[in-house]
Amino acid sequence: MTRILNASGCLDALAVPEVARSLDVFVTKTVTPLPRAGNDPVRIAEADVGMLNSIGLANPGIDAFVRDHLPRIEALGVVLWVSVGGFSAEGFAHCCAILDAHASIEAIELNVSCPNVTAPADEASSIVAAARAATSKPLYAKLSPALPDITAVARAAEHAGADGLSLTNTLRGLVLDRGTLEPILATATGGLSGPALRPVALAAVYACAQASDLPIVGMGGVETGEHALALVAAGASDVALGTVLFADPAAAERVRVELDASARRRGFASTDDAFRRAHGLASPRPNAPVGPQEEHGLLPIMATEPVSL
Amino acid sequence: MSTRSVALRVRATECVGMYTLLRVQRGPIDPGLPGQFFMLRAEGLLLPRPMSLCTAAAGELGFLIDPIGTGTETLARLRRGDEVAVLGPLGHGFPLDATRPVLVGGGIGIAPLPYLSETLGRPPALLGFRSDAHAVAAELVPQADVVIDPVRVTEPLADLLVASPEATPLACGPEPMLEAVARLASHAWLAHEAPMACGYGACYGCVVPIDGELKRLCLEGPTVRASRLYEHCGDALSPAQARTAPEAGVAA
Repeated sequence: MTRILNASGCLDALAVPEVARSLDVFVTKTVTPLPRAGNDPVRIAEADVGMLNSIGLANPGIDAFVRDHLPRIEALGVVLWVSVGGFSAEGFAHCCAILDAHASIEAIELNVSCPNVTAPADEASSIVAAARAATSKPLYAKLSPALPDITAVARAAEHAGADGLSLTNTLRGLVLDRGTLEPILATATGGLSGPALRPVALAAVYACAQASDLPIVGMGGVETGEHALALVAAGASDVALGTVLFADPAAAERVRVELDASARRRGFASTDDAFRRAHGLASPRPNAPVGPQEEHGLLPIMATEPVSL
Repeated sequence: MSTRSVALRVRATECVGMYTLLRVQRGPIDPGLPGQFFMLRAEGLLLPRPMSLCTAAAGELGFLIDPIGTGTETLARLRRGDEVAVLGPLGHGFPLDATRPVLVGGGIGIAPLPYLSETLGRPPALLGFRSDAHAVAAELVPQADVVIDPVRVTEPLADLLVASPEATPLACGPEPMLEAVARLASHAWLAHEAPMACGYGACYGCVVPIDGELKRLCLEGPTVRASRLYEHCGDALSPAQARTAPEAGVAA
């Protein structure tokens, strides 16, 4: 089954527990070694075909997160991933080592790609390697679609010990006030998300699925089940919702139903069939996660009509 | 907090001076308390827009809109029968037990005052506008005294507070006006405004300095006690000074 997650930074489970519970996995906002107030407002702006945000990784810091927030999130009973950020490999490793002791955390996402803060000084692979040494939990590397060769970074992350990829983060963009022509955001530029990111994310997922055996959480502009199915076809094992949650807090259950309907409408016995179709494969996908899904993945393709995803 | 938006039909859009009153069927939605807000999303908009409830006629929700951007223009263009997705009520409203409330509004900031006025039994109101055309909207607020730019709404407010120091301003308007009200009365309640993507604490976009740190307005407000928003409120100006200080409030 394709799981529905939230994109990190797009949901506060403590503010709206029922929305967090509507997801298969809740992913926290990125936690850094030290507290961060985040960027000054204005932090958000709607763009032509998306939105910009420049939150700046506002978070309480890893110590306060573990002490004050984690117990309350654990009480919600959600499957939990924690997004971790830092400004050096050591910073990431520090957070991972602390989180490693908490059994409630299923996986850790390494945010090596936030466009609203100074980029981590270290390469993604060295960050993954340092985190790998600090925890035995599954590690997902969240990569930027702006990388010149995202597949090279994906392979490097895999070799460094990553267990999965989160694709993708936002792209840097700029919106000007239509009257004054001044930047709307206090930081001028921000991360572009929403529909504009959809084909960008699809390309990243498609390329990395061919270059790496790691399972992929696909995200970028998903608003409907059709969009989710497209990401699955491109190579995502699971799908995350971001901007759509702002407009529709109930999006997870809707997208889940639509995804299932979209796959059935095409005669797919499982979403794995969509992957094989998009990649022109006759055999089971190489990077399907273990579990019940594999059984379905061996069923014959039932679709007979050409599809365009 | 409601986290499920409801598709509602537009009953009518009416011009009120330079503004538009969007009247939507209420459906199952609770109108909430005056000062609370709703997220409104029309076809063609990626993000909803935060709007405080302006009127609460039977079976209806009314929102006063100043069409100044893509989102507000789209909402103001809606016609009878069109669909709009409504999420709310959200946030915290004005206190309904304030001592001798006096409503203070600047420009489109008068939006929550008609519903507040009805709920509180039509207390005195002071409204400031940038032009006579904008001031037509004062007809929505009973018992309103109106000033037009360059007169500041804080000028009659300062006089009122001299006569009735215990009066509690309940204010909504542009930031300079809110700051000027705060200087006059630290016990005032201010409905602040900020760009919001979600309205329910998810996007972290609507932060403003509250209690000295950046906090999400959608969860902490939008109505906030003045002393939580401004460091120097209530102690900087005497009412007489307020009348002459150039930065003391604007008629938006």
